[in-house]
Amino acid sequence: MSMTQSQLRANEAELIKSVCDGEREAFYELTRPYERMIYATAISVVKNPADAEEVAQEAVLKAFSNLSSFRAESKFSTWLVQITYNEAKMKLRKARPHLYESIDDPQPSEDADYWPKDFADWRPISSELFERDEVRQAIQNATNSLSHIYREVYVLRDVQNLSTKETATILGISEGAVKIRLLRARLQMRDTLAPGIDGCWVKGQPYQKVRPW
Amino acid sequence: MATIEISCLEVWREISNYLDEEISHEMRERMEAHFKACAHCNAVLDGTRNVVGLVGDGRLFQMPEGFNKRLYKKIQGLP
Repeated sequence: MSMTQSQLRANEAELIKSVCDGEREAFYELTRPYERMIYATAISVVKNPADAEEVAQEAVLKAFSNLSSFRAESKFSTWLVQITYNEAKMKLRKARPHLYESIDDPQPSEDADYWPKDFADWRPISSELFERDEVRQAIQNATNSLSHIYREVYVLRDVQNLSTKETATILGISEGAVKIRLLRARLQMRDTLAPGIDGCWVKGQPYQKVRPW
Repeated sequence: MATIEISCLEVWREISNYLDEEISHEMRERMEAHFKACAHCNAVLDGTRNVVGLVGDGRLFQMPEGFNKRLYKKIQGLP
């Protein structure tokens, strides 16, 4: 049975209180449902599993030490993901200081329209397709090929199903920017994945492009 | 009242908002009229919807084996 949002919040508030009263076990219970979310956020920034795990651990420890400063205006999950995102960015800066600038300054021009490149029809995709390693790998590669400003939004919105508002809060950008970046990311993902997903992965057939011009 | 036509480019700009149902009723009607007539935009819509559904599946980022145990250990090791 799934909890409603308000039940979840009440339950989390209870757990937070217990942790602040010194019950460490409660912290484990509090963060456990979000482990995957934390990990996915971390890897969307740092890109490799070992760094992502380190970031995730640092983020959770930081959340523990700062728990008393958590204000219930935001969701606990949003707060946790925000800490993770900041930790991940810090890690990236430390590892690649020469890229420091490019982490914050969006380089791809955001105003330019993205023109879809592929107009072939897609068959509906079955969820069994996802069980195949090469399919998961292809999706991960496609995700990694997005510029970081698009990838971050994409992972929070579409992979983790966070709202536009939550994503904007976590990344410190406007909701409008979230929408524009998400559009770009989705169209680009579609173009990147189209050759594999139009059915040839499933049926072993060659990809048939239908070009309008 | 006739629905005002929109171009493919305008449709692409809104396609993500369309999927998220974050557009006005009026824009939705215009886009739907466009999708009926334009196979290419229909293909873009279907493909984008597929991509959204596929990655939202939750299995994309598998946590490394033992992730949970190691994290627990870290928490226990806190002063």
